[in-house]
Amino acid sequence: MEINISNLNKKYDNQVVLNNLELNIKGVHSLVIIGPSGGGKSTLLRILAGLEIPEGGEITINNKTLLFNDSDLHEYRKTVGMVFQAFNLFPHLSAIENITLPLEKVHKLKKIEANLRAKTLLDKFQLGKHIYKYPPQLSGGQQQRVAIARAVALNSQILLLDEPTSALDPALTSEVLDSILELKKEKKDLILVTHEMGFAKNVADYILFIDEGKVLEAGEASSIFKNPQTLELKEFLGKTLKY
Amino acid sequence: MKFKNLFYAKDDKFNITMSAKIINTSLILIIGIIFWNFIFSKLNYKSQGLSVFLEFKYKFIFGFFITIIISLFSLFFSLIIGSLLTLGQKSKFLPLHYFTKIFIEIIRGTPLIVQVYLFFYVVGTALNIENRYIMGILIMATFSGAYVSEIIRGGIDSIDKTQVESAKALGFTNFQKYRYIIFPQVIKRIMPPLAGQFASLIKDSSLLSIIAVNEFTKNVQEVDSITFTPIENYAVLALGYILLTYPISHLSKKLEKRFSYGD
Repeated sequence: MEINISNLNKKYDNQVVLNNLELNIKGVHSLVIIGPSGGGKSTLLRILAGLEIPEGGEITINNKTLLFNDSDLHEYRKTVGMVFQAFNLFPHLSAIENITLPLEKVHKLKKIEANLRAKTLLDKFQLGKHIYKYPPQLSGGQQQRVAIARAVALNSQILLLDEPTSALDPALTSEVLDSILELKKEKKDLILVTHEMGFAKNVADYILFIDEGKVLEAGEASSIFKNPQTLELKEFLGKTLKY
Repeated sequence: MKFKNLFYAKDDKFNITMSAKIINTSLILIIGIIFWNFIFSKLNYKSQGLSVFLEFKYKFIFGFFITIIISLFSLFFSLIIGSLLTLGQKSKFLPLHYFTKIFIEIIRGTPLIVQVYLFFYVVGTALNIENRYIMGILIMATFSGAYVSEIIRGGIDSIDKTQVESAKALGFTNFQKYRYIIFPQVIKRIMPPLAGQFASLIKDSSLLSIIAVNEFTKNVQEVDSITFTPIENYAVLALGYILLTYPISHLSKKLEKRFSYGD
C-alpha cells in the first residue's frame, strides 16, 4: 500500500489529538502503529477508516485522495475493513450471518457467493465448528476472529485493526494474533494498532511510533526496536518491555 | 426433602416441575376462594349467581366484542402513531423534534379522562367527526402511541453505540443500519414493555364508556342500572378483561423467547 498524509490535524473540543501529522510510506504490507495511550494512534486509524473527520490535512491512499464529505466517505468506507477493540459483532446474527450480511447488502453479492466466501474464511480461522453460533455463545477470541473474518471477507484494499487483542485475556490473545500473522504471510495490506510489542516486532514490515499527535519515529521493525532514536521511544520501550 | 422441593424453587432460574406448578397455583386459588367467601359472608349479600349474566348474555357478549374491535384498531394505530412520534423525536429538524417531545409530555402527563373529553367534545366537534367509535379509536391510539413511542425510543437508545459504528464502518446506509442492525435488536428488547402497554390499552379503553362508546364496560354499566347486582356484573367485567389481557402477556413471553439469540 501507499499512504501519504500531510498536515493532518484533529481536535476533540480543545484537546489537540493529531498535530500536523506527516506520513509517507510506499510498498509496505503490514504497518504497525505503537505509542502511549492518548498519543493519537487510534484516532489516526479511525480517520483512515473514514469514521472521523480531521480539521485539516490531506490523505492519499493508493493514489486516491480522501474526500471528507458524507457521500464520498460512505463510498470510501466500503473499501476498507475495520476490526475494533471490543468485538463489534451483531449479537442477533450468527457468525456466518455477521459476515454475509454486509457482503449481500452493501457489496451486492449473491447469497451463495457470500456464504461460500464466509465459510471459506471461517474454516481458515479455525471457526468451522462455530458457523451457526451466535456471538454470546462464542469466546472472546472466537468473536474477535469472526470480526477479522468479516473484515477480510470484504476484500478491502486495507485492513485496519484497532487494538484487536486489548479486551482479551492472554490465552485468547494468541489465537487472534495467529490469525493476523496468517494475513501478514499472505501479504495482505494491513494497519494494526497494538500494545503487544513482541507481536508488533513479528508482524510489522514497518513501524510508526506516534506520540503527542505526531509520528516521532518510523522505520523497519528491526531498527526501531534495536536502535530507538528519540528519548520518547526509548522511554516507551523501556516501560513496555520492563515486565 | 421432596416435600420441600414442591414449595421452594431450587435456584433463581425457576425451573419448576409440573406438579409443583399445579400444587402452588391451586393453593393460591383456594386461599383466594376462602378469602372472598369470608368477605361475602360478612356482607349479607344475596347473590343472583349466573342468572343476571344469562339473562343479559347478549349485552355482555356484544360489549365484549366491541371492546375487542376497538382494542385491535387502537393497538394497530398506536403502533403507527408511536413509530411516527419516534421518527419525529429522532428528527434533526428541530420544529418536528420539539413538537413530538412536547406532544408526548402532554399526552403522558395528563389524565386519559381529560383527553377523552377534550378530543371528543372539542376537537371532534370542531372537525365534525361525530362517530364515537372512530373518535374513541383515535383517542386511545394517540394516548397509547405516546407511550409506545417512548418505549421504542428507549429501545433504540439502549443499543450500544459500537453497533452503530460497526454498521457505519461496514458501509451500511442509514436505512440498512436500522433495518438490519438496530430494529432486530430493538424488537427483542421492547417486547415486554410493549405487551404491558397493550394490556393497559385494552383496560384503558373502558374509559370510552364516558363518551357513550358502546363497549364492554358501558354495556355492563347499563345492565347494572337495570339489575342492581354490581358484584355479579363487575365480576364478569373483570373476567372479560383478563380473558383479553392474559393472552397478550403470554404471547409476549413466547415472542421474547423466539427473538432471543443464544443468551
